[in-house]
Amino acid sequence: MIIDYEVLKLIWWVLVGVLFIGFAVTDGMDMGVGTLLPFVGKGDDERRVIINTVGPHWDGNQVWLITAGGAIFAAWPLVYATAFSGFYFAMLLALFALFFRPVGFDYRSKIESKAWRNAWDWGLFIGGAVPALVFGIAFGNLLQGVPFHLDELLRPYYTGSFFGLLNPFALLAGLISLGMLTMHGAIWLQLRTSEPIASRAKDWAKIVGLGTIAAFALAGIWLTLGVDGFKVVSMPPLDATPNPLTKEVIVDPYGWLTNYRQYPWTLLFPILGFAGLGLAISLSMRDRAGLGLIMSGLGITGIIMTAGAAMFPFIMPSSSNPNSSLIAWDSTSSHLTLTVMFWAAVIFIPIILTYTTWTYVKMWRRITVEEIRAQDKLAY
Amino acid sequence: MLDSAMVELSRWQFAITAMYHFLFVPLTLGLSWMLVIMESVYVMTGRQIYKDMTKFWGKLFGINFALGVTTGLTMEFQFGTNWAYYSHYVGDVFGAPLAIEGLMAFFLESTFIGLFFLGWERLSKRQHLAVTFLVAVGSSLSAMWILIANGWMQHPVGSEFSFETMRMEMVSFSEVLFNPVAQVKFVHTVAAGYVTAAMFVAGISAYYMLKGRDLAFAKRSFSVAMGFGLASILSVILLGDESGYEVGDVQKVKLAAIEAEWHTEPAPAAFTAYGRPSNEDEETHDAIKIPWLMGLIATRSLNQEVTGLKDLMVEHEIRIRSGMIAYEYLQRLRNGQDTEGNRAMFKDHMDDLGYGLLLKAYIDNPAEATEEQIQMAVKDSIPEVAPLFWSFRVMVAAGFWMLLLFALGFYYNAKRQVQDKRWLLRAFLFSIPVPWIAAETGWFVAEFGRQPWAIGEVLPTSVAASSLAANDLLISLSAFIIFYTALFIIEMFLMFKFGRQGPSSLHTGKYHFETLEKQQAATTKPETDPSGAGAPSASAPANRHLGDGA
Repeated sequence: MIIDYEVLKLIWWVLVGVLFIGFAVTDGMDMGVGTLLPFVGKGDDERRVIINTVGPHWDGNQVWLITAGGAIFAAWPLVYATAFSGFYFAMLLALFALFFRPVGFDYRSKIESKAWRNAWDWGLFIGGAVPALVFGIAFGNLLQGVPFHLDELLRPYYTGSFFGLLNPFALLAGLISLGMLTMHGAIWLQLRTSEPIASRAKDWAKIVGLGTIAAFALAGIWLTLGVDGFKVVSMPPLDATPNPLTKEVIVDPYGWLTNYRQYPWTLLFPILGFAGLGLAISLSMRDRAGLGLIMSGLGITGIIMTAGAAMFPFIMPSSSNPNSSLIAWDSTSSHLTLTVMFWAAVIFIPIILTYTTWTYVKMWRRITVEEIRAQDKLAY
Repeated sequence: MLDSAMVELSRWQFAITAMYHFLFVPLTLGLSWMLVIMESVYVMTGRQIYKDMTKFWGKLFGINFALGVTTGLTMEFQFGTNWAYYSHYVGDVFGAPLAIEGLMAFFLESTFIGLFFLGWERLSKRQHLAVTFLVAVGSSLSAMWILIANGWMQHPVGSEFSFETMRMEMVSFSEVLFNPVAQVKFVHTVAAGYVTAAMFVAGISAYYMLKGRDLAFAKRSFSVAMGFGLASILSVILLGDESGYEVGDVQKVKLAAIEAEWHTEPAPAAFTAYGRPSNEDEETHDAIKIPWLMGLIATRSLNQEVTGLKDLMVEHEIRIRSGMIAYEYLQRLRNGQDTEGNRAMFKDHMDDLGYGLLLKAYIDNPAEATEEQIQMAVKDSIPEVAPLFWSFRVMVAAGFWMLLLFALGFYYNAKRQVQDKRWLLRAFLFSIPVPWIAAETGWFVAEFGRQPWAIGEVLPTSVAASSLAANDLLISLSAFIIFYTALFIIEMFLMFKFGRQGPSSLHTGKYHFETLEKQQAATTKPETDPSGAGAPSASAPANRHLGDGA
């Protein structure tokens, strides 16, 4: 079956979004758990309870991130090239933080030393909190435009600095990302641990959740009033051979509201963000953490879609040379590659979801300190 | 023109992180299947010792696996961070197998690995075996996809350059999939991984036998390793990578460089057993040659000749000049002079565009290169010969050494005498690093031998790098070295700790150190022996059959 090129370009924008949301909802959860680990778990046994709630799943969850990276490489090669090399030290910071996770989970409980285990607990904290923060900061910078341009052979040049990325709006975006994932992790812990850990997690979910809602609202206001958007003035037909140097882009103070004005149904995304988070907090407080977890997942989805819908079709706008901006219509791979990858995704994503669900079902239980003690040498 | 110091440092960073990653990959590839074998025996016979074997070797597997995951992340990030132009130029082709690797292999492997470690109490016997099996399938599939990607770098089939998008684009997915270079690479690399795991299990089991402890456990593990190892080493050697050297210019250059053959020799070519190859003088000093042998190794025939490097360089010079024309017309086309004549001229020289780009190391516009620059690019068109020559010989020697060990081990094991052949057990123990040496030198030959190309004949390494500053690289490279060194020390500490402890680390109460403790508690009640608690000794064969229980 042949699918039109412009349809595939749109589908791949959606699929990359799906992979990012998959990452945030699954791996984001265990990153949130890592972030909370040193604060919610008192003593070694409790911390092991916390770690073992995500122990069997974090690695599979992390593949959402790896696959999202691979999908960007294959579907939007120029975006992968420009973003990863431009955000060089930010990417390496996230990478080095992620290093702590595989070794942290597997090595931590193999040695019975307080100092050893405590050190890895902070390692898991870094591995959870830092990438969550960095990915949010990266999004915050995308929304403001990134200083880069392409030369005539399409080589990207980044002209900003690492510290330029750490501007106030980007940091706010980082906090939203960290906040929503931490809240998600807290509700997960409320659902999967026994007292007193569950109650502590519940308190965290409330505080962090309310903070995230406030930050999300603030970012919305800031974006509307204080952050310039971008707008495509002219470009080749949607199904044209991708060439990011053939369009005209201007800075438009209200550019990020264009889609919301033109397609009011997209306002459902910010509503989903607020409602999801709000319901998650309220359900968590009423000890209905299972439903709360679903709601926080939906809230995260809403927040990510809010940013995506504001920017569409922009993926990576350029602040220094707007015409070099990378958009969903002119930064994609060839028709054939998008087709091959589309079928790979259509076949494998349902399979992945099926067996992932099976593993969650199999490992589902409330983990207690007693269980960890009984399985001292077997558990993480 | 990119800063050459930055390109050089980017290469060092990639080489260090890739070869470091490859310390952990082969063991994962092989050990996952050995775990499947051990656990299958457990499920079929119900004998507890095979479950213990699965758990113990699984523990070591996990220590290794964690670093494999950690360092694998770097590889995915690094194409984008450090090889941005590469990512743009070939992402259309190279990215696809990588993304499919994620969807098809990584998800499988990573989703089930957690259940392998933590699911023993929550899964039925058969379910757990299925989980172990899926981990092994996942890791081998992942090797397949990454080698399809790598095979394309060596021999870029199924794709075509497009001047409109200024990149390589896929024209046939099946050609990329069934790339002959990828096929042989997959078999060779995966089998090498199986050998690595077999040596690892055999070496550590030999240690227990030498120490005279946990014999039932050690002998069974050793037996599994011998069967698996002998079959694997035979595959590695018989289905060597050489068969892939017949296709494509890069592979031809690599082959000539491995053999330090400067001039084309009449078939069948001689094998240079020793020599000092020099790129400067374009010859090999003090060569000691064995007639016929190379023709047999390289082409598997007596009448096919191996083209020498000098003759290949003559071809390269022609192609560089043609590449300059390609570049000239590419510029015209990109500047909007999209006429039929320009298209036709570009099309005629398009296949040599990559050779033209070799000049980018010396001049921004290759179309204007001087004669001197062309000659420098010709010199650059082959890799440094000496490191390849020696790495290849080290790899082959390591391979044959392991063949000898596995053959002897298999023989004496079948005769049930291996326990008494202490020299052989010692040889196994001290040969544990050998498969890693073979794997690393082999990988080095494959990748260093591809130089000066990032993508064979298409994109030179010097053009592929990101537009970063040398300082950026100094910082990141230092950080990698510090982190990786620390991780390596931690990993080795755990490996040695649990390797020495052996199955006692499972705390089943049946194995050496625990039974030793019990015995001591029973016999030396009044007096406590300060040295007895954990010291391994060769004098405790009492637990010979303890592992057989249940």
